[in-house]
Amino acid sequence: MTEIIQKVKNLSIGFKSKKGEEILILRNITTNIKKGETVGIVGESGSGKSTLALAMMGYVKHGLYTIGGECEFNSSNLLKMKNRDLEKIRGRKIAMIPQNAGQALTPNLKIGYQIDEALQLHSDLKEEEREQKISELLNKVRLPSPETIALRYPHELSGGQQQRVAVAMALAGTPDLLLLDEPTTGLDVTTQAHVLELLNFIAKDTGTSMVYVSHDLGAIAQVSDRIIVMYSGEIVLEGPSRDILKRPIHPYTHGLLKSIPKLSLAGLPESMPGSQPQPGIIQGGCSFFDRCNFSEEKCKNNSPQLEYLKELNTRVRCFNYEKLLKESQINQNVKKIKNNSKDKEILNLSEVSISYAKQKLLDQIFNRISDDNPTVKDININIKKGETIALVGESGSGKSTILKSIAGLLRTKDGFIRFEERRNLSSDLKERDPNDLRIIQLIFQNPDESLNPNHTVEEIIAQPLKLYFGLKGKELKKNIIDLLQKVRLGEFYMSRYPRQLSGGEKQRVAVARAFAAKPDIILCDEVTSALDVSVQAAVLNLLQQLKEDFGTTYIFVSHDLAVVRAISDRVAVLYQGRLCEVGPSNHVYKFPSHPYTEVLLGAVLEPDPDIKPKLVAEDIVEERPPEKGCSFQGRCSRIVGDICKKEIPPWQLTDSGNAIRCHIPIKELQKEQF
Amino acid sequence: MLFLIIKRILLGLITLFIVSLITFVGTEILPGDACTTYLERQAFGEQLEACYRRLGLNVPAYERYISWAVNAIQGDFGYSLSGEMPIKEVLGPRIKNSLVLASAAIFIGIPIALILGIVTALWRDKLPDVAISTVTIFAMTIPEFISATLLILIIAIWLEWLPGIVIVPTDVSFLELLPNIILPVIAIAMIMTAHMARMVRSSVIQVMASEYVQMAILKGVPYWKMVFKHVLPNALLPAINVVALTIAWLLGGVVVTEVVFNYPGLGRLVIESISNRDLPTVQALAIILASIYVSINLLADLMTLMLNPRLKTLQIRK
Repeated sequence: MTEIIQKVKNLSIGFKSKKGEEILILRNITTNIKKGETVGIVGESGSGKSTLALAMMGYVKHGLYTIGGECEFNSSNLLKMKNRDLEKIRGRKIAMIPQNAGQALTPNLKIGYQIDEALQLHSDLKEEEREQKISELLNKVRLPSPETIALRYPHELSGGQQQRVAVAMALAGTPDLLLLDEPTTGLDVTTQAHVLELLNFIAKDTGTSMVYVSHDLGAIAQVSDRIIVMYSGEIVLEGPSRDILKRPIHPYTHGLLKSIPKLSLAGLPESMPGSQPQPGIIQGGCSFFDRCNFSEEKCKNNSPQLEYLKELNTRVRCFNYEKLLKESQINQNVKKIKNNSKDKEILNLSEVSISYAKQKLLDQIFNRISDDNPTVKDININIKKGETIALVGESGSGKSTILKSIAGLLRTKDGFIRFEERRNLSSDLKERDPNDLRIIQLIFQNPDESLNPNHTVEEIIAQPLKLYFGLKGKELKKNIIDLLQKVRLGEFYMSRYPRQLSGGEKQRVAVARAFAAKPDIILCDEVTSALDVSVQAAVLNLLQQLKEDFGTTYIFVSHDLAVVRAISDRVAVLYQGRLCEVGPSNHVYKFPSHPYTEVLLGAVLEPDPDIKPKLVAEDIVEERPPEKGCSFQGRCSRIVGDICKKEIPPWQLTDSGNAIRCHIPIKELQKEQF
Repeated sequence: MLFLIIKRILLGLITLFIVSLITFVGTEILPGDACTTYLERQAFGEQLEACYRRLGLNVPAYERYISWAVNAIQGDFGYSLSGEMPIKEVLGPRIKNSLVLASAAIFIGIPIALILGIVTALWRDKLPDVAISTVTIFAMTIPEFISATLLILIIAIWLEWLPGIVIVPTDVSFLELLPNIILPVIAIAMIMTAHMARMVRSSVIQVMASEYVQMAILKGVPYWKMVFKHVLPNALLPAINVVALTIAWLLGGVVVTEVVFNYPGLGRLVIESISNRDLPTVQALAIILASIYVSINLLADLMTLMLNPRLKTLQIRK
């Protein structure tokens, strides 16, 4: 039998509400972490997964307190330990890799010092030995030139590098247990795949146990041996990774896996109704009852216990798991999206360049922007009425910049943005007339920030109706109710404030506000990124439905290639503000042809332990686009020669209608690379 | 970096020019002038003319401004109209006195403010915080003329420990001045310390809640090491600018306190010279006070730049 290194016993953590009630964040958690294994804890925001991970280090956040139970490490309860004793365990026996390394590294201390601090605390090495060790550690996490990195400050590194530093810092104490709290969430797809690969390597190399906390089943699938699924503060399913991902026997996990869009499937996945209950609301009965497709009468009033199934080595909290056992595999049904696009062109971007360069005094006088190497350059896209076109690329690829320009928030440097072949929208927001503003609406990534917290839902939706159509009184109210119904929210939501809504509901309000203006084009900027997976599919389905009803055109920006696959008719791949490939989604995803598209698609993580990401190119971050030649030259693994460095590649058309910008001949490109 | 400093100094000079212009125009458009104030009821006819000639007020305003500005650049602020002595000599001892008062308040007030702010933040919502925070709010809300008067009443009149008002010649020596400044310093330091302590408190609390402090705890960094290495450098950075403004405010003469205590500093000189229509002195004061503000703020910005690695590298890269 393998040794158990951390025992969590009947752990409950919560806080006191203003009324003095005890509200539970974690409810009676019991689990063991064995030596050398990697356990994935997966759950949506508010499921208590991070609180559990922190408790495993004996850390309870300000405002929360332990109600009962213990976290046993080396046969002592961490939650009852004195701070002085905890200091000897934290970093030395149990180390943490935080979610956002950019925020978790102290800004005024150099990288080298921060790692050295961990070494000083947790090892007996002398100064020269420590210096040696710092280089070794930075090497181990594959950072280039460790000596110079050690002298840098955290803000001088890219997100991926910061995350690697956090890993190096955690490894400094040679811990027995590593806790990882969403360690790749803020990173680009390619960087994420590289960091995960590194973590896998470290787990094998050092034999450290890992607890990997994430909302992302794709990432969890790549690293974990065992998975714990959490729902509103409880463990609902726990078992071997492969079984959980391939044959989940809890309805929540089952539904969750069905609602995740996959690269291999075009079309919208089924959505799960409702959302996770707020902590404190649950009384009696199963907490998943409201959203469950398999529920029975008894689920309403009796809460199921976590049951151990010996033959499967799985624990499950459901009365009806046997029903799910019979379903041998997950059948993911996707709804094919209808391509509504008409031949009519609605928006035309020709030779668009956008620059962030600060205007010098002389340029201000002549009202011009001089920048030879602008952030975004040579964008030519014709967008047809009723289509959904997606802009994809890593951070810094210029996709949001282009959206801002279309919305009028940023001036173009060169080129034209034309609406319906007539109206010129190249101008600034201030120079557009109200109708120009009405026809283009934006939906933002984070509804928490895009909805005014002091306005009710009614006021939020009323604003565009009053502004563009001058509606008043009864008619206004009728329109608001109509819009709310269209986004599947009841009339009673009118008097609510944004803080009284869940994430998915807030985004629905944002969608309703955008549609209130009866726009022709809606710009969707990472609209599902801030949402939980189970809610994401519902919002995607809603967007698709509304589009079919109103014939709206969507320009969809997302870093999530599977989401883009699900909803878009056409995809434009961008690197460093330059187009690499444009074409129908089916073709772009089936025959990735541009080397960069290959890199992007290869790095996507699927919630399937059998599909491993392919790491083609290095995940270096380039600060500026190259002055000459192909934009992707710095990272391309298929450079054909000097021509890539000197000449901008020509557009090549494939038979299926993809336009690819590369020096490699089309035939060559379409050959399978792997 | 050098370019930045030059740019800031140039901007400072422009500020000074505008300040001098505004004070000049301001005193010019007010009804009456130095001669009418000085001569009072005899301000007419021959006498008035003679006074104008003597003080050089008979030439057009812009000419007076230009000749003043040319001299001022060379460090010559001209003659005080009321005292009829070089302004340099009027200002010298006043500046010294204000400097003594300000530095005493700074050396006492800033360390106390820092300690109080840090203590209240680290023991947030516990007894030390509640007690100190109540006192600081109290000290902040009482206007200085009330606290100053109360101090005089209790310590000078009832207890008779210290002199209540300062009755010394303007050019008194430092040692003689010392017992006289204790009460004014307490009055000023109270408000200043309270303000700064609350600022430091909220700044430290904000940093304590940050992810990097949580990370330091989870790394096993002992509490006090965490406070000194990870919390304070980041929490006190924003305090530099507040401290700078406070110092500038102090050097500029704490008018109300100086008047209450009859203290011969810059603040009282401002009041006196304005009521005497002593234009050259007002001008000189305005320029000096403005340059104090400008240079101290410049110093503070440079210090923030040096201490904040984020800003430093950004500047160098540009």
